[in-house]
Amino acid sequence: MDGYFLSVNINSFISEPLTHDFMRKAILISSLVAAVCGLLSSFLTLKGWALMGDAVSHAVMPGVVVAYALGVPFSLGAFIFGVGSVALIGFIKQKSRVKEDTVIGLVFTGFFALGIVLVSKIKSNIDLMHILFGSPLGISLSDIQQTIFISILVVLLLSIFRKDLMLYCFDPRHAKTVGINVGFLHYLLLTCLSLAAVVGLQTVGIVLVVAMLITPGATAYLLTDKFDRLSLISVLSSIVSSVLGIYLSYWFDIETGGSIVLVQTFIFLFAFLFAPRYGIFKFKKLLSSK
Amino acid sequence: MEFEKYRIEAENICVDYNGKVALYDATLRLKAGQICGLVGMNGAGKTTFFNALTGFVNLSKGIIRINGESLKTAQQDQSVAYVPQNEGIDSDFPINVWDIVMMGRYGSMNILRSPRESDIQAVKNAIGRVDLLEHTFTPIGNLSGGQRKRTFLARAIAQRASILLLDEPFSGVDIRTEKLISELFLEFKKEGKTILISTHDMIHIREFCDLVLLINKTVVAYGDTSEVFTPENITSTFGGMSPDFLFGPES
Repeated sequence: MDGYFLSVNINSFISEPLTHDFMRKAILISSLVAAVCGLLSSFLTLKGWALMGDAVSHAVMPGVVVAYALGVPFSLGAFIFGVGSVALIGFIKQKSRVKEDTVIGLVFTGFFALGIVLVSKIKSNIDLMHILFGSPLGISLSDIQQTIFISILVVLLLSIFRKDLMLYCFDPRHAKTVGINVGFLHYLLLTCLSLAAVVGLQTVGIVLVVAMLITPGATAYLLTDKFDRLSLISVLSSIVSSVLGIYLSYWFDIETGGSIVLVQTFIFLFAFLFAPRYGIFKFKKLLSSK
Repeated sequence: MEFEKYRIEAENICVDYNGKVALYDATLRLKAGQICGLVGMNGAGKTTFFNALTGFVNLSKGIIRINGESLKTAQQDQSVAYVPQNEGIDSDFPINVWDIVMMGRYGSMNILRSPRESDIQAVKNAIGRVDLLEHTFTPIGNLSGGQRKRTFLARAIAQRASILLLDEPFSGVDIRTEKLISELFLEFKKEGKTILISTHDMIHIREFCDLVLLINKTVVAYGDTSEVFTPENITSTFGGMSPDFLFGPES
């Protein structure tokens, strides 16, 4: 009897939310976004661009607001401000004695502040909370179209230049000496970062999108020594987190973005503790020593 | 034309980082089959010299020609290979020996970098030459310092570069690797490759460097090892410290 009840409960846990159209949409779009962010995450983790991810994802804020106000696709505005912030970071770093992490911090907070000020000044139907914390349950049709388009674009770019980007992360000097355009790869990765931040902010919002960009990669990094596997694990853990996060958000009536990121964090902690080779408890060693 | 005789020609090159001079008026000319040692203190500009020759920094003055052509042409021709210091590599990167050596072929592959049969053969052959076949699929993190060094040497071999730049090839390697690298250098010399190595180890310089370039922000002395590698020159390269103090009496 208990077993029967359990299976009915699990069954309804999974299927009941799917009867709502908005839930189906949310789960599909969030999975797509998670896959894109997870794929990119494997590069960012290896390149050491966590702070850069944080910066770009915050800096797109004014772009989103301006784009909404002007009635152009918000991804365009976000993209311009994302790349612009990185250019500005590079410029200030080069022309001043201020250290890079300080420059990154001050540029992205400046952009972010500008975004918040703009929201308060431009009277429109922009919901600040939606931008800051995401709203996968209330995603519009045009947003869905944009998200699908950008996702395909990013996945395509990352797939075509996969090996070059891996080389760029690993040994940029060698890339340069064999005639590979390192500057192009740098901006390609930045472009993908800006685009991923744009799609990511719809599900978890600007404040938490950086988690989508670094946590899955970091989790996978603890679990494998192979790059292909790292990307795969990163994508899978990202998708699982999003789907599970949305379910938890539905059943326990909690904020969706926070819920997704929290699941990601728990998966990371699990890997941190129990990863066979790189976890704290090093199960492989325990097993082989017996 | 005169310069075509030279593999590497660096004329009066200057490099500065945000106004701080790292290297000035440095000149170096190397022909095929020559091995040259690059000697200097930490911060004397050895790495900067390599950076300049690989196009990783811009020259503020001077010119570099490789095989009589521009650096860009040389890069597209895969002419120059750089073998980094072990410290310059992220040894936690999820990558194995095969993949690293294959990177030596990227420059001559299609945009997706999908290996052809010839690339696979080149990589196999290169891994064999550095005696790492049994570690072909070992992740870089599980290799010893010497094995890691050999991996990057194999990448340079797979690249089929005519010029090899090696940053401290003998630091932190085991005796077996040291012997293997020494033997490879002599083979490279016979094949007509041009080799520039930076090293702290004076014994290696005498052992197989035809030429030596002593630098301290600029060229202190340059020429045949037997003529230039004198205690006086070494002392002035190392800012007044005697070679006895630096390397022990036997050197």
